[in-house]
Amino acid sequence: MARKLNLRIWRGNRESGSLQNISVDANEGEVVLDVIHRVQAEQINDLAVRWNCKAGKCGSCSMEINGKPRLACMTQVSSFPEDEEITITPLRAFPVIKDLVTDVSFNYKKAMEIPSFQPPEGMKPGEPRMQQVDVERSQEFRKCIECFLCQNTCHVIRDHEENKESFAGPRFFIRIAELDMHPLDMLRNRKKKAQEEHGLGMCNITKCCTEVCPEHIRITDNAIIPMKERVVDEKYDPLRWLGSKIRKREGIL
Amino acid sequence: MATGVFSSSRAKISERTLRTDKWWLQPLITFSVLILFIIYATFRAFENGNYFAEPLISPFYSPCLSAACATGSSLLGQPFGIIKILGMTLSPALLILIFPLGFRMTCYYYRKAYYRAFWMSPPACAVAEPHSKYTGETRAPLILQNGHRYFFYIGLIFNALLTVDAILAFRNSDKQWGHMSVGTLVLVANATFLWLYSASCHTCRHTIGGRLRNFSKHPVRYKAWTIVSALNHKHQNFAWVSLLGVAFADFYVREVAAHVFTNFYFF
Repeated sequence: MARKLNLRIWRGNRESGSLQNISVDANEGEVVLDVIHRVQAEQINDLAVRWNCKAGKCGSCSMEINGKPRLACMTQVSSFPEDEEITITPLRAFPVIKDLVTDVSFNYKKAMEIPSFQPPEGMKPGEPRMQQVDVERSQEFRKCIECFLCQNTCHVIRDHEENKESFAGPRFFIRIAELDMHPLDMLRNRKKKAQEEHGLGMCNITKCCTEVCPEHIRITDNAIIPMKERVVDEKYDPLRWLGSKIRKREGIL
Repeated sequence: MATGVFSSSRAKISERTLRTDKWWLQPLITFSVLILFIIYATFRAFENGNYFAEPLISPFYSPCLSAACATGSSLLGQPFGIIKILGMTLSPALLILIFPLGFRMTCYYYRKAYYRAFWMSPPACAVAEPHSKYTGETRAPLILQNGHRYFFYIGLIFNALLTVDAILAFRNSDKQWGHMSVGTLVLVANATFLWLYSASCHTCRHTIGGRLRNFSKHPVRYKAWTIVSALNHKHQNFAWVSLLGVAFADFYVREVAAHVFTNFYFF
């Protein structure tokens, strides 16, 4: 059964913009992205929106719906009360390009700053063998679809543009954690780099990244806090520092 | 110069947030409960009385280490003598409360709670914070949050002592064993909640196995890590239950010590 939806869609570019009121039909079972497509087809043909898979797996249709960072393709219209006006805006942590499309290249720049996996010297492709218990922790982080909702909601950069230079953001903390927890990764200075170059210490663990993750990755509990504890092991814990000097190795591997 | 969501490159939206739900409710509840606890705990710490009614001792005053402690309340002796400041006897609670307070202040869950509720950094997700600058936990004093593990270790000692207090509560007021009262249940519950809070702590999880890279080489620690990880899911719940539990245990002992009501014995 169709229902009438009252939308407010932000339209504009970097110079100016405003919320535009639109009334549109929505059918049972539809998601917000369906409705945006109907608006695009029937009312505003040049409405800019980024999307791809419509299955919650490509991470393209990230936007803010009633102020909450969400995937438009995973937000059911029926989750809103009949009389509620739905406000749709672009992500507010990144520069806007047009309408609902933002420039997320900040994230690609940060991704390139993280050193890739470094296997043991002489190890050939196909040789590594790992047990499931050693892989499990990292597998959770591999579910990331790079929708950047966590980056968008993180107040460190959302509310402080100047921090973008020194802060990588939650998406990349799970990447660093994934590599630092990998039994075969030989790069030993990831903790130091996380703290000194990627701004791990700026995170005040308010868990918004975890709250918005559409893949339900426990970003704060399973990646950021463990990395903070690993940094403490290396940098702020004199007893562990002393132990590592005596034993001439980096912690207990 | 405008920054954050009002930066020149971002979508021009004048509202700090467009959230339509009651996003302010959670920080308001957190703020209210923590403020009430702080007021009560401060009052009790300075009250310096009504904390011991054989065999019950308030968790705010245990271990009671000063010579000013009530007779029979000092499990570990009285190494501090009587300390006076400006002519006033220092409450024994003030000698020890820094440790449990430090444990909670640096706890990863409470950090989230008070950064949101008190410092509004941010007040809620996707709600712009009011501060113009932000450096997180990179500088003093917040860099001291990295000392959480030391408070955790000391907290374990406190848990052990409060467990002993709970065991000692299986006596009657004449110090005879084999009795149980409502006060016994209150102290046992308090100690249990505190152990659950400590066992579910992120530092505990890290120490017990989280720092390993190769779980398969440490099967016992891996098993322990999985148990602590399961508890860790509930850390927030344990944080609140143990906080309210410790306040209630203190309140109960206070009322018994002040003869407001008597401690009912089951046997």
